[in-house]
Amino acid sequence: MTQIYAYITFANGVAEDVALEYPSAAKKIDEGATVTAVVTGSGADLDKVAGDLTATYAEVIKVDNADMAYPNAEVVRKALVNILPSDAIVLVPHNTFGMDLAPGLSVKMDSSYAADIVDFEGIDGTVLKMVRQELGGAVSTHVTTDISAGAVVTVRPGAFAPVEGAAAGGSVTDKSGDAGDLASKRKFLEVVEAEVGDVDITKSDVLVSIGRGIEDEDNIEVAEELAEAMGAVVSCSRPIVDAKWLEKSRQVGTSGQTVKPKVYMAMGISGSFQHMGGIKGNPYIVAVNKNPKAPIFQVADLGIVEDILDFMPELTEAINDL
Amino acid sequence: MEILVCVKRVPDTAENEFELNSDGNDLDRDDLVYSVNEWDNYAVEEAIQIVDNVGGSVTVITVGDDESEEVLRREMAMGANNGILLTDDDFEGSDGKGIATILKAEIEKGNYDLIMTGAQADEGAGQVGGMIAAMMDLPYASLVNKIETGDGKITVGREIEGGNQEMNEIELPCVVSIQTGINEPRYVGIRGIRKVASVEIPEKGASDIGVDAAAVGEAGAKTKRIDYFVPDLGDGAEMLEGSTEEIITALIEKLKAKGGL
Repeated sequence: MTQIYAYITFANGVAEDVALEYPSAAKKIDEGATVTAVVTGSGADLDKVAGDLTATYAEVIKVDNADMAYPNAEVVRKALVNILPSDAIVLVPHNTFGMDLAPGLSVKMDSSYAADIVDFEGIDGTVLKMVRQELGGAVSTHVTTDISAGAVVTVRPGAFAPVEGAAAGGSVTDKSGDAGDLASKRKFLEVVEAEVGDVDITKSDVLVSIGRGIEDEDNIEVAEELAEAMGAVVSCSRPIVDAKWLEKSRQVGTSGQTVKPKVYMAMGISGSFQHMGGIKGNPYIVAVNKNPKAPIFQVADLGIVEDILDFMPELTEAINDL
Repeated sequence: MEILVCVKRVPDTAENEFELNSDGNDLDRDDLVYSVNEWDNYAVEEAIQIVDNVGGSVTVITVGDDESEEVLRREMAMGANNGILLTDDDFEGSDGKGIATILKAEIEKGNYDLIMTGAQADEGAGQVGGMIAAMMDLPYASLVNKIETGDGKITVGREIEGGNQEMNEIELPCVVSIQTGINEPRYVGIRGIRKVASVEIPEKGASDIGVDAAAVGEAGAKTKRIDYFVPDLGDGAEMLEGSTEEIITALIEKLKAKGGL
């Protein structure tokens, strides 16, 4: 029987969604696996999360230390190395915290490492088979990793079905005393909240969202004209903000805004999982992209293979003529 | 400040439509366009700007084959002072830890205050920087989108969920992975590349840097890619086809039905 440790991140006393997704992932690793939840933090928030998780997990390990009141990955790593068995299979969310924690954790535990896993295909002997994506989601790959000396695996949030209505009736084990020396050369200072922009894209029912396909800052006007015709606002994917063509507050994605429109017009957007992760509420997604192999066509409802720079003005004109 | 930036030559996602080879187990690499990993350009730009402000030098390093030299030269055309190419048949097939092990061996021979990587590359793992840091017992911060230099330390902003920024103070030497958007990487023209065309870039193999060949490459890899495939994700999008006019007519009907107009 495989023993799996699932590290769970939380904010304001509420576990992140991945807490409900790990059990499904673990079953795909080994149908009979037992999964122990691991949470680190400090005080009432930690106690609440640990308590909540006993509904889903038979065993919850909590590590309470004032140095982890904010999850500094360097500090958390030290605690986990001291608490987990050296040959543990450890699941970590592939989010901004997991990316900070997991590579170094695998080094310090001297275990194998696999990142951003979207599916598991079971264990054969000491080899765990998995699926991940490369090249911004353009292709998938099967990868294997040797788990005989343990493994640290980051799991893509949202890739596994959440378990519902679990009643594990589990218990919390306090391992705060085993955390060890948590001194760190990295000190957390503060979180600077995102600036509020001129337009609130989260409030719009229709978004005309542009990506790399817009090609040039001057072409943004074309998207604005379409948005105006549709009574929509213009949002964008990350490269547009990186290029400083639009404000950060216009960016849809895990590192930008989470939006819940009725209709999402993805114009020249390839459709990375980080971008799609910012679109909630199951909107009707229209994708226009000149690359017929763009990953966006796998997740969109309606697909059109055209160059947005030609297509958007014609669509605008047709809508204005209605 | 002595800064080392780890860079990688990767297939350019903006320039390629990826297809599988005839066996269906690898990319069709015949006509692929390669370039510097996008994140690495931001890291090199940041390194150059830091050195412009506080002095020092920027060295770019990569693990790869002969063709990887071109990405080092490109980053030197941006303004990096030195390049190092780590190349050896025994390095081929390395997993993330293998690459980190190779880089660490060379990094230890230098005297770097700050080691940078891109936040991720073509494989999307974002693993090498964090591994180098842990192997060398140096502090690490990933997804960095702001750096302020201080005395024996730097203050970094990390891009976290929701567009928020997590500020940290880190003692030097340290390792950081750089997120896109931290700066605007400078343009490199043909003339810039020509200027560095004849600069010598040292090549080093396993024995030069003192790496056990069995611990890296295919032999040392615990994590291995078996194949490439295009997943069957069900139906995917309903594709509208025909003339642009026909497509627009159909699209407008759909948009009306779904509340888009």
